[in-house]
Amino acid sequence: MIAINNLHKSFGDLEVLKGIDLNVEKGQAVVVIGPSGSGKTTFLRCLNILETPTAGTVAIDGHVADFSKPLSKKKITEFRKQSAMVFQHYNLFPHMTALENVMEGPVTVQKIDKQKARAKAEDLLVKVGLKEKMNEYPFQLSGGQQQRVGIARALALEPKVMLFDEPTSALDPELVGEVLQVMKELALEGMTMVVVTHEMRFAKGVADEVLFMDAGRIIERGTPQEIFDNPKEERTKQFLNLIQKADTI
Amino acid sequence: MYLNSIFTNPERLERLLDIAQSSFLPLLEGAIQYTIPLTLISFTIGLVLATLTALARISTIKILQIVARIYVSIIRGTPLLVQLSILFYGLPTVGITLEPFTAAILGFSLNVGAYASEVIRAAILSIPKGQWEAANTIGMTYSQSLKRIILPQASRVSIPPLSNTFISLVKDTSLASFILVTEMFRRAQEIAAFNYEFLLLYAQAGLLYWIICFLLSLVQGRLENRFDRYVAKT
Ligand SMILES: Nc1ncnc2c1ncn2[C@@H]1O[C@H](COP(=O)(O)OP(=O)(O)OP(=O)(O)O)[C@@H](O)[C@H]1O
Ligand SMILES: [Mg+2]
Repeated sequence: MIAINNLHKSFGDLEVLKGIDLNVEKGQAVVVIGPSGSGKTTFLRCLNILETPTAGTVAIDGHVADFSKPLSKKKITEFRKQSAMVFQHYNLFPHMTALENVMEGPVTVQKIDKQKARAKAEDLLVKVGLKEKMNEYPFQLSGGQQQRVGIARALALEPKVMLFDEPTSALDPELVGEVLQVMKELALEGMTMVVVTHEMRFAKGVADEVLFMDAGRIIERGTPQEIFDNPKEERTKQFLNLIQKADTI
Repeated sequence: MYLNSIFTNPERLERLLDIAQSSFLPLLEGAIQYTIPLTLISFTIGLVLATLTALARISTIKILQIVARIYVSIIRGTPLLVQLSILFYGLPTVGITLEPFTAAILGFSLNVGAYASEVIRAAILSIPKGQWEAANTIGMTYSQSLKRIILPQASRVSIPPLSNTFISLVKDTSLASFILVTEMFRRAQEIAAFNYEFLLLYAQAGLLYWIICFLLSLVQGRLENRFDRYVAKT
């Protein structure tokens, strides 16, 4: 479903991604972990071309983007439709209700009939447990509710791949569970997803593969058991030690 | 002296009241025929011009940026009265003759376009980058993102400063008197030239401007409330 080949990204002189290779099968959930500044966000953003990679290719469901040459706007827009991003800070449209947020993509981008789009958006909001909140504006919702609207908004376009960038890290601890639950259900339904998160329980329960990223490279990859219980690389061990310590404080 | 003469001389008081009464309608007519249409038309054209100019300034196309910058710089760097004079008294020299009203509309629109473009540009830039990204990730093009996501939020931010521009414009239309548009202030001048009651007529015109601006500030308040419905009350 996703094939990433030798992906590079630099900001000026700073090389943030130093050659990423990755294949993700249809229906797989991949979790990316790694220290702050290692390039996880940049990596996800490259898959949705929110950042333009400096070199490499990404193919999603047969649509290939080759970054060795400049891409036309049309091509970028087309490629973006293959995936959808859920942001750390939700980035909901504040001037629209939850329902309007979810309808916006289908109506404006896909030009779907408004009635149909509404019905579909309602279904999605029910699915993420927000039946009662459809007509509220984002400021009237809790962080966890906003993030669930964010997920529904991304799902409304029926992307082939969902990208999550630390979707729960801006949330109060008691709100994390409701968002992870929605993500878990998605994974069980067979959605292909790439998730940057440090939620170990989620990774262990849901991920097919865990990647450990450091300084722009994938240092180690494996099943959750392999990475969490039996890491091979020294840097992976150090990092896991750090986050486990932070968890027990 | 003036007040004194009013109280000691009932005939004088009566004359003033007479003049005030008979000049009220012509002044109001000036406002309805010219001041208000000038303001509304120029502001509408000006806003379109301002939005285009703001977009040109934030675009990545160098030549658009430069043209927009020069336009704003010229309009902001020269007096409105000079601009109006060039349009009305200057252009005929090169064969372009404009009606007073047309010249006034043109001058005021260009003026609003330049000043409001700065407001709109700042408002667009104040919308967090995450909003553009969220629009992109659901597949929107640049123009869809602008129209559906960015400009609606930017308009909320720009209401107070744009209201200032609007209210300034109401008052600035009095400068059209200088290029022979018989708007409210010019009516006052004409009547006063005839009966020499300058204080009375100019005060009367001032009062009417004030009333118009006061009504506008009420409209501004309502607009702000409307747009604030999606913002947390603090
Ligand atoms: N737009 C940008 N311009 C310049 N440098 C950037 C930009 N975005 C990210 N960087 C740099 O790229 C590096 C990787 O950043 P990135 O946000 O991908 O890290 P991350 O792994 O997501 O970190 P965190 O866990 O803190 O979110 C950092 O050094 C960051 O400063
Ligand atoms: Mg990050």
